Amino acid sequence: MSEPVTSIRRPVRLEYDFTAGRAMSRFLLGLAEGRILGQGCPECARVYLPPRGTCPTCGVPAEEEVEVSPRGTVTTFCVVNIPSQVLVVPVPYVCANILLDGADVPIFHLIQECPIEEVRMGLRVEAVWVPAGELKATFESIRHFRPSDEPDAAYDSYREHL
Amino acid sequence: MAERCAVIGVGQTKHAAKRGDVSMPGLVREAAARALEDAGLTWRGIDAVVIGKAPDMFEGVMMPELFLADALGAVGKPIMRVHTAGSVGGSTALVAAYLVQAGVHERVLTVAFEKQSESNAMWALTISVPFQPPVVAGAGGYFAPHIRAYIRRSEAPAHVGMLVAVKDRLNALRNPYAHLRLPDISLEQVAASPMLWDPIRYLEACPSSDGACAMVLTNGDGAKRSPGAPAWVWGTAMRSEPVIAYGRDQVNPRAGRECAADLYGQAGITNPRREIDVAALYVPFSWYAPMWLENLGFAEEGRGWKLVEDGVTAIDGDLPVNPSGGVLSSNPIGASGMLRFAEAALQVQGRAGEHQVDGARVALGHAYGGGSQFFAMWIVGSEKP
Ligand SMILES: [Zn+2]
Repeated sequence: MSEPVTSIRRPVRLEYDFTAGRAMSRFLLGLAEGRILGQGCPECARVYLPPRGTCPTCGVPAEEEVEVSPRGTVTTFCVVNIPSQVLVVPVPYVCANILLDGADVPIFHLIQECPIEEVRMGLRVEAVWVPAGELKATFESIRHFRPSDEPDAAYDSYREHL
Repeated sequence: MAERCAVIGVGQTKHAAKRGDVSMPGLVREAAARALEDAGLTWRGIDAVVIGKAPDMFEGVMMPELFLADALGAVGKPIMRVHTAGSVGGSTALVAAYLVQAGVHERVLTVAFEKQSESNAMWALTISVPFQPPVVAGAGGYFAPHIRAYIRRSEAPAHVGMLVAVKDRLNALRNPYAHLRLPDISLEQVAASPMLWDPIRYLEACPSSDGACAMVLTNGDGAKRSPGAPAWVWGTAMRSEPVIAYGRDQVNPRAGRECAADLYGQAGITNPRREIDVAALYVPFSWYAPMWLENLGFAEEGRGWKLVEDGVTAIDGDLPVNPSGGVLSSNPIGASGMLRFAEAALQVQGRAGEHQVDGARVALGHAYGGGSQFFAMWIVGSEKP
C-alpha cells in the first residue's frame, strides 16, 4: 500500500472588475487630483468618507460633495506585529482610525514617519501623498499619514467617534 | 409563533488546529452523527438540514453546502446554507429554529463548521481593493483599536484581558472537545506572550481551529418523544448594522444592545444579571468579555470589567461566562457561534459534564460577526416557556 493522500495544495486566484459607481468614482477621481472628497447628507449633515452615495443613518441620497482636509486626528489605533502577506511595510507598524477634519466617520490607515511608542489617541496627523506625477484614481495615492506637529486633540473632541 | 422549539440533540467534533484525519464531509458528519445519536434519531428522522459556515475563502471551496448534502443525509430533503460572517453559527441555528416554529418542519438538523487548516483564515479575506486604504492587519488588527477605545472609555485596568484569557483556558481543561489545552496558563505567561496587535497579546487571542457543531431542533410533539430532557428555546433575535455610519459605536454596538433587548423581552427577562444562570458569549479576543457583558446588559456601561475582576464570571461565580473555554479555546469560525448556542443548551439540560454550572436553568447563547455588524442570540431554558 502506498501512503494515503492527505492533502493536495491548490492556489486560488481571482480577478475582479470593480464598478465603482458614481459616488466612488468622484472620490477616486478626487484622489487622482490630490483631493479627498466626501459626501454630505442633506438631512443629518454628516460627511461620509469614503462616500457611498447615501446616508446609512437617514437612508437618503447624499450627493453633496464636500472636500475633506488631509489632516486629522488619531481616534484609536493598534500596533501590528504580524508580517502581512500582501502589505510591504516592515513590522511593527501602526494602523489607526483617523478622523479627517471635516469628515464624520474615521478611515483606517497607516501611521509612518513616527516612532511607534509616540503614536497615541488624539495625535494630529496629515496625509503623505505619492509624488504628483504618480497620483492615480486609487486610495494608494495616499501613502500613509504622519504626525503634523500640531498639539494633540482633546479627548472630548473625538470621543463620540470611538 | 405556531410551534415551540426545543433542542433535543447536540454534537460536536474534537476541535484541533488541523483535523487531517477527516475530510470536510467527514468533519461535518462527525458532529451531525453525534447530534442524531444524542437525539435518539437516525438520518431518516430528519426533515431538513440548515448548514452554516463563514466565508468560502476560509477553505477555498465555493459553496461547500452543495458537496456536503449527501454527507449530511440531505438527499431528497431541503438543505440551505446561511451566511452572516462570524455570527453564522448562531444565525444558522436560528434559521433552523424558525423552520420549526413556523411549522414548516418537525425535526431540523442544523450544522456549522470551519476547516481553517485548509486555507489561511488570517489573510483569506485580505484583498487589495481600490476603494479602501492599502492597510491590512487581519481580524486582530481590525478589533484591536476598538479594544483600545474600550480601555480608554472604561478606564479598565490592564490585567482584565489577561484574567479572561486565563479563566477561559482553565475552563477549557474541563471540556474534552476544546482545541487549546494549556494546563500551566497563568497571568505571567499571558503577560509574557508576544504582543500581536497591541493591545492584544498572543494568549489573549483565539486559536485557528478545524471543527464542527450540530444540533437537532424539534417542536413540542418531537420534544415529548425525545429520550432526554430538551432545552427549550425561550427567545431568539438577530440584528445587523452598517459598516460605516456616523455615531456607530463599535465598543458597545447598538445592534447588540437592541438584539439583547428584543431577546430578553421574548424570554420575559427583566434583569439579565439575576435571571440568566450562565452565558456562552462569543469572545475571540479576551477584552471582548467585558465589552459584551456591558453590551448585553449584565453590567452598566464601563463596568463590565468589574464583573471579570471580581470573579463573577468564573465557573463558580454567580454569572459564569464561557465555562466550556469559549472561542478563546476553540475557534472553527463558522461553528463558533453554534458552539455557544449548543453550550447554552447543554447547560440547561444539565449535560455539560465537567464544566456544568450547578443548577443552570436559563442560559444565553451569543454570537457576533463581521466588524461587530451581525448579532445572533438565543435564550434557552430547562422549562417549557
Ligand atoms: Zn443622514
